[in-house]
Amino acid sequence: MEALLLARIQFAFTIGFHILFPMMTLGTAGVILLSETLHLIKKDDVYRRITDYLARLLALIFVVGAATGIVMEFSFGTNWSSYSRTVGDIFGPLLAAEGILAFFLESVFVGVLIFGRKRVSPRVYWVSALLVFIGGHLSAFWIIVANSWMQTPAGYEITAGGKILLRDFSAAVFNPSTGVRLAHTVLASWVTSAVMVSGIAAYYVRKGLHGETARAMLKMGIVLFAITPLLQLGAAHAHAIQVIDTQPVKAAAMEGHFQTTRGADIFVFGYVDEAAEKTYGLSLPGGLSFLYNFDFNSEIQGLKEVEKDQWPPLNLVFQSYHIMVTLGMAFIGVGLLGALLLWTGRLYTAKWFLWILPFLIPLPHIAHETGWITAEVGRQPWIIYGLMKTAAGASVVVSAGELAFSLTMFFLVYLLLFVMFLLLFLKIVKKGPEPAPGGRA
Amino acid sequence: MDSLQTFQVLWFVLIFGLLLGYALLDGFDLGVATLLPFLGRTKEDKDALVASIGPVWDGNEVWLITGGGALFAAFPHAYATAFSGFYPAMMLVLLALIFRAVSMEFRAHDSARAGLWEKTLAGGSALAALLFGVALGNVIYGVPISGRMEYDGSFFTLLRPVPLVFGVAGLAAVLLQGAAWAVKKTEGALQERAFRAAKILLGINAAAAVVYFIVMAGAFDGLFQNVFFWAALLMTLAGLAGLSFSLQKKNDRAPFWESSCAFAGLFLAAGAAQFPTLIRASNDPALSLTIYNSSTGLYTLQIMAVIALVGMPIVLGYTIFVYRLFKGKVRGDDSY
Ligand code: HDD
Ligand code: HEM
Ligand code: HEM
Repeated sequence: MEALLLARIQFAFTIGFHILFPMMTLGTAGVILLSETLHLIKKDDVYRRITDYLARLLALIFVVGAATGIVMEFSFGTNWSSYSRTVGDIFGPLLAAEGILAFFLESVFVGVLIFGRKRVSPRVYWVSALLVFIGGHLSAFWIIVANSWMQTPAGYEITAGGKILLRDFSAAVFNPSTGVRLAHTVLASWVTSAVMVSGIAAYYVRKGLHGETARAMLKMGIVLFAITPLLQLGAAHAHAIQVIDTQPVKAAAMEGHFQTTRGADIFVFGYVDEAAEKTYGLSLPGGLSFLYNFDFNSEIQGLKEVEKDQWPPLNLVFQSYHIMVTLGMAFIGVGLLGALLLWTGRLYTAKWFLWILPFLIPLPHIAHETGWITAEVGRQPWIIYGLMKTAAGASVVVSAGELAFSLTMFFLVYLLLFVMFLLLFLKIVKKGPEPAPGGRA
Repeated sequence: MDSLQTFQVLWFVLIFGLLLGYALLDGFDLGVATLLPFLGRTKEDKDALVASIGPVWDGNEVWLITGGGALFAAFPHAYATAFSGFYPAMMLVLLALIFRAVSMEFRAHDSARAGLWEKTLAGGSALAALLFGVALGNVIYGVPISGRMEYDGSFFTLLRPVPLVFGVAGLAAVLLQGAAWAVKKTEGALQERAFRAAKILLGINAAAAVVYFIVMAGAFDGLFQNVFFWAALLMTLAGLAGLSFSLQKKNDRAPFWESSCAFAGLFLAAGAAQFPTLIRASNDPALSLTIYNSSTGLYTLQIMAVIALVGMPIVLGYTIFVYRLFKGKVRGDDSY
């Protein structure tokens, strides 16, 4: 039992750390592709300087992502070996497909993006940027498929011996939650990079550094910042509906909704009293039902439909979910404000706005962490929703002592990686993009 | 042979191929990184050595990630037994791989502590190379396995003499790969040093190979009837002989291929001894994990075969393309 708890903590910690980096990689690869496309079309050197600068940041981000990703790939065998034996038929192929169809593409061409500027023609360089972008998104696709299959399993059959066999590969891949989860996660990473690029460029512009390069970067950042959170709202809405449909217990936990009712409320913020089975806070009457299918009177299933031992930890899910949603709304507001300033020509001089932007850079990461806690803790006690309990998935032969050793090791090593990453990230930001020729400001 | 068995054999071969690809490719970058303190005298030397692997190491590591994924997909029991059974060793492998990966990047930006990151780079690379050999040695030589397919030994079981021979032979081969790559990619005094290192390592590898083949022949009866074993022996001998000739002639291109050939021979010998076993049970042969009792269903193996047989040639194609972009000697502008 103790070993199980440690294994869960280790998984949550290592994946929670890993996700920070791919979320920056995907969106940054997108901005690089955009900037390099503008470079090819407009033949303006400003965009080349932006690409080269972002490629330097990408190198640092990517390497930490790759180093921590390999831990995840091993973790199913090292820590969740009973799970691996049971689902090798379905889950294994998804990870293998990720390697063959995605990681190779991304890693091989990231080398060209980072080291190849002087060795290849602009066109080949652009193609490399495109392939890194595609490879990264394919990685996200396959890992989201693997995760979504655990959330909403499909395309399988169960043998008499309790083994789960693959019956229909495409049904397993395109299970009921793959599509929306992918859209929501990919948009999350674009939001992340939009905020990151805007924040860095805003700092330069406010300080009067890097002239036109910084302004072009800020403009790209703000345009993305205005668009991506709005798109995210749509994907998020669809995602929430999907959860209500496929995982009603999780959905009820997200809103602290105990009794099955028509006209269920939605909370802006609040607190779930698990013992008294009541939720307190500021709520909009009928809001949840309305958002479900635009009918204030639709029925939403409550937690009490299932036994208490099938509830996830309620407050953790509720609070995480509400932090993410609040941040999502805030991004929409700030993004639109930025667009307004850009449109009215005041963006580069609105010192207060430029001062705020850099501080927003960590916030999308908080949204990811809380979003994933909602998704993963919300499906407990299941490792495969409705099919297999988390407790049955852990490795048999790994002792609590060994886990204490590995957890301590990861904690110390990741702390070091985190500190070094921040220091070097700031160092690269301080150094800034290559100066424009002739000191043109 | 029914069709399930055909696919089980096919997957043995494919995973063998992925791990061989990993050994040869990541082999040279782990090797270069381990040799960094010995070959690199000046900062320029070290920059050149790191730049020779900078653009390609991550793609090389994906061979391992994919090999692991393929093992999971085709033989989940072998993946589960080995990874959870060798837990502390696996954690050390991860530690080593993390440090070798981030050290190159940290070194580039953190010049104040460049020396520290060079040590973690070399140390991580050496440890990873050694542990891979030891792990492979264990699954081939055999470990205690329970009736429920779970590993039944301790951490120290892994450190028996025969698996350690595998570890040392593997490390020696990786170092030779690294020296041969350095010979190929560098010039001048640095290249001279790489030539000298390759010569020393050639001797060490020849000795290690002799021990390795004798241990193999002793541990597995019937190996002399196996044509693959003879082919393997021949490959290693030919590779090492060719290498000694090329080093004499100061040929800077052939050594990498000859070293690869010798290394592939070691691998092929292991594969020949192992087939169709995946993890040998040292307590009772009937408890061994084989390709027949550890695999996924036919449908999964078929789907995966399609993905691998279509996907891997494409991967090979663009990998070769990118290696060609960076071909020739390391240039000053290959690093930043
Ligand atoms: C920048 C990041 C970000 C932002 C602004 C939002 N989300 Fe989110 N959300 C994620 C990042 C994220 C995520 C980290 O990507 C998750 C974790 C699992 C997943 O599919 O996406 C997630 C999960 C997630 C889930 C859990 C579904 C599951 O079980 O997988 C729901 C219902 C929502 N989100 C809904 C929303 C709503 C209504 C938002 C308000 C605008 C919102 N998200 C903003
Ligand atoms: C939603 C969660 C995840 C997403 C979106 C994601 C996405 C990515 C992306 C885009 C990369 C490459 C970019 C980078 O290294 O920064 C990456 C790296 C990696 N990820 Fe994740 N990942 C997630 C979770 C996982 C999990 C659960 C595993 C375990 C199977 C995993 C295994 C890996 C590995 C092995 C790498 C390194 C690949 C390389 O060396 O190029 N990831 N991930
Ligand atoms: C990248 C973002 C992710 C985060 C932050 C995350 C977070 C978590 C957390 C907090 C837990 C522990 C839940 C608990 O035990 O109460 C967990 C469990 C787990 N997650 Fe995720 N997860 C992520 C993505 C994934 C993906 C992509 C996969 C599969 C491909 C995955 C597979 C698992 C497994 C196997 C467990 C262990 C069993 C369990 O507790 O259910 N996770 N994750």
